[in-house]
Amino acid sequence: MKVAPQDLHQNDLPLAATSSTFIGMPKFPTMARAGLDNTVQRRNLQHATHTIRAKRAAVVHEVSDWEALRLDGAATKDQALDHLADYLVQLEDNLTAAGATVHWARNADEACRIAVDLVQATGASEVVKVKSMATQEIELNEALEAAGVSAWETDLAELIVQLGHDRPSHILVPAIHRNRSEVREIFLDEMSRVGRAAPEGLTDEPADLAEAARAHLREKFLRAKVAISGTNFAIADTGTLVVLESEGNGRMCLTLPETLISVVGIEKVLPTWDDLGTFMQLLPRSSTGERMNPYTSTWTGVTPGDGPQDVHVILLDNGRTHVLADDLGRQALRCIRCSACLNVCPVYERAGGHAYGSVYPGPIGAVLTPQLRGTSTPIDKSLPFASSLCGACFEVCPVRIDIPKLLVALRTQVVDEKRGGLPTGEAAAMKAASWVFGDHKRLVAAQQGVTASARLLKGRPTIGRLPWPASAWSDARDSPAPPRETFRQWWSRTHIDDSGASSAEGSPS
Amino acid sequence: MSSARDEILQRIRTAHTAAGAPEPIRRSAPATERDRAEVLDVFVRMTEDYRAVVERCTQEELPGHIARTVETAKAARIGIPPDLDERWTAEIAGTVVVDDGLSTAELDTIDAVVTGATVGIADTGTIVLDHSGNQGRRALSLVPDMHVCVVLESQVVADVPTAVRGLRPSVDAHRALTWISGPSATSDIELSRVEGVHGPRTLHVILVAGA
Repeated sequence: MKVAPQDLHQNDLPLAATSSTFIGMPKFPTMARAGLDNTVQRRNLQHATHTIRAKRAAVVHEVSDWEALRLDGAATKDQALDHLADYLVQLEDNLTAAGATVHWARNADEACRIAVDLVQATGASEVVKVKSMATQEIELNEALEAAGVSAWETDLAELIVQLGHDRPSHILVPAIHRNRSEVREIFLDEMSRVGRAAPEGLTDEPADLAEAARAHLREKFLRAKVAISGTNFAIADTGTLVVLESEGNGRMCLTLPETLISVVGIEKVLPTWDDLGTFMQLLPRSSTGERMNPYTSTWTGVTPGDGPQDVHVILLDNGRTHVLADDLGRQALRCIRCSACLNVCPVYERAGGHAYGSVYPGPIGAVLTPQLRGTSTPIDKSLPFASSLCGACFEVCPVRIDIPKLLVALRTQVVDEKRGGLPTGEAAAMKAASWVFGDHKRLVAAQQGVTASARLLKGRPTIGRLPWPASAWSDARDSPAPPRETFRQWWSRTHIDDSGASSAEGSPS
Repeated sequence: MSSARDEILQRIRTAHTAAGAPEPIRRSAPATERDRAEVLDVFVRMTEDYRAVVERCTQEELPGHIARTVETAKAARIGIPPDLDERWTAEIAGTVVVDDGLSTAELDTIDAVVTGATVGIADTGTIVLDHSGNQGRRALSLVPDMHVCVVLESQVVADVPTAVRGLRPSVDAHRALTWISGPSATSDIELSRVEGVHGPRTLHVILVAGA
C-alpha cells in the first residue's frame, strides 16, 4: 500500500508546546554522543534491556495466541479513537454520576493551572505522586513547585531520578541508566534534605536500597492529604480509572489521601469494562515481562468510606487531537506506554533515553514527539532519523503500532519541509546520483571510473579514510574497496561472444 | 469564548470521527472448558511463582491454619474487617483488632491482616478484592506488613477475561478493586527483583476446599 506522507500533519489543530526543559536542545546525533561516551550508562542499559527483553519473550511465549491478543488490542484502541468524542462524553457522565469532578485541559498550561488550583484549595503544601507520563509531559512538578507545593515522587525509580536532580531515561524504569552504587550515593547525599535520611551504613544491595526508600516515603504516605496520579486506562462505560504498579506506592497514593487528582490523556479511554480483559494480558507481559504486575488499582469515582472522598479527573489534549487528525499517524495514540519498543531497540540501547529530548524516549518517542510537537526544532526534525528501521519495535508492540512506517512518513515530512531553500550537500549528492542512475551509458562510465580506481588500491579489501565530505562517513567506518570488475563487465567478458550474442551455456545452477 | 470541554470535543470532531456506530469487538472465547482440578493447581503454582505463600485446607481446618500463620509470623496485633466470619479468627492467640474506622496511624500498629477475596485468577496467580464484606476497605489490607488472604476454591477462575467479566457488578456498584499478584516488589535497581517495598511484604494465601 502506498503511503501518502504529504497528508501527515497538514492540519490546523494545535500542537503541544515544547516545555522549557527541552527548548533549544540540539539534534539527536549530538545528544546521543553524550550517551555513547558514557560507558557506565551503556553497560547499565545493555544489561537492563537484555534482561527485560528475555523476560518478556518468555511470558509472551506462554500465551497460546498472542497475535490474536495484539489484533484485539489494536482494534479496541482504534475503536476508541474512531469515536473518541462520544466515549469521552460517556466517561465524563459516568465519572460525574460516581461522584468525581471532571475537568478539561486544552494544553499543558491549562492542566497545570487546574491541578495547582485544586491542590491550593485543599490548603496542602505537599502532594504525593504516582508515576505518570502525562504529568511529566506537562511538567506538573515544576508548576507545583512554582506555586510553593512540594511534589514527592513515590515510585522507587522516580524517587532516584528526583533525588538525583536527573531526568527519566526510560518509560517504565526511569532510573535504568543508574547502577546500584550510583543509587546508594544519591540516597546518602539527598534523602536527608527532603525528609527521613538514609540509614548509616547503607549498602548498595537493591534490597537495602528499597528498604531505605520504604522508610523514607512511609512518613510521607501516612501524612499526605493530596495525591496526584495518571492512569493506564479510563473505561468509558463504567467511569473507572485503572493504575498498574508494582511497589504499593500507587495503592498508598490512591487510598490514603483525602483528595485524588488524576491527569488523563484523552487517548487513554477504552470503550467498555470488558476491554480491560485484553489489556490486562497485553500490558504486564509487554512491560515488565510478568504474567501480572504485583498491584493494580481501579476506582470508579468515590466509594463512600473507602479511599479519597474528593476525586478529580483532568482530561488532557496537549497535541493529541493534532495527531488524531492524521490517518496514518493516529495509530501512535494506541500506545499504552509499555516500553517494549525501547527494550528491543539497538539505537535506544546505545544512545540512552536522554538523547530523545522528550519524556517519551525510544522508538515510540521518535514517532510520538515529532507528531505532538511538530518538526520545527533541530531535535524534533532529527527524531524520525534516530532509527535503523530494523523493525524490532513493531514486532513487540502489543497494539501493533507500525513504528517503522511512521518513521519513514515523518522523514518524508521533514525532507519536504526543507524543499525550496538552498539545497543541502546531501540533496546535491542525491541529485547527482539520480542523474548518473538515470541513463545506462552514464552508469557504465561511472562504473568504469570506479573499477579503474580499485586497481590503485592494490588488493586492499577496505578503505579506511575517504576524502572530504565523505570523511564524515569514513571517520567511524571502513568502506569496502570497489570491485575490480562490475557485474556488467564480468558478464560481457564471459558470456558475450565476438558477434555480440549471449553464449548458449548458462552458469551451472 | 468556548469552554475547554467544547473546544476539545470540537477539535476531535474536526480531526477524525468514523462514520456509523462502533462495531462490537469480536473476541474468541476459550475453546474448551478447563478441568477444575487443573485450574486450581495452576492457581497455586502461579501464585507461588510470584513468591506468595500458598496453602490449601478444608473449611474445618481454616481457623487453625489462620492462627498458625499469624503466630509463625510473630504477629501480635491482627486486623480484620468488621464483616469477617468470626469462626475464621476463633483460634488466634494474639489481639484481634476490628477495623471500625481506624486512623492511618492506628493501622500502622497492626502486624497482620486477615481478609477474604472476590476472585482468584489461575493463569496469572492473581487475587482480586472488591473491598466489600469480609475484605474490608482498601487501607486495611495495605498498611500492615502481612496480608493473609482467604480464597475459596469456588472463587477461582481460569483466565483474566473471565475474571474481568465477573467483576462488572462490583464496578457498577462503584466499588474500588485491588488486584494482587504476589507481595509488593520492585525491579527498579538494575532490574533485580526485590520483594517488599510499600505494600505488605508477606502475602499468605489460603485456598479453602469445598467452599
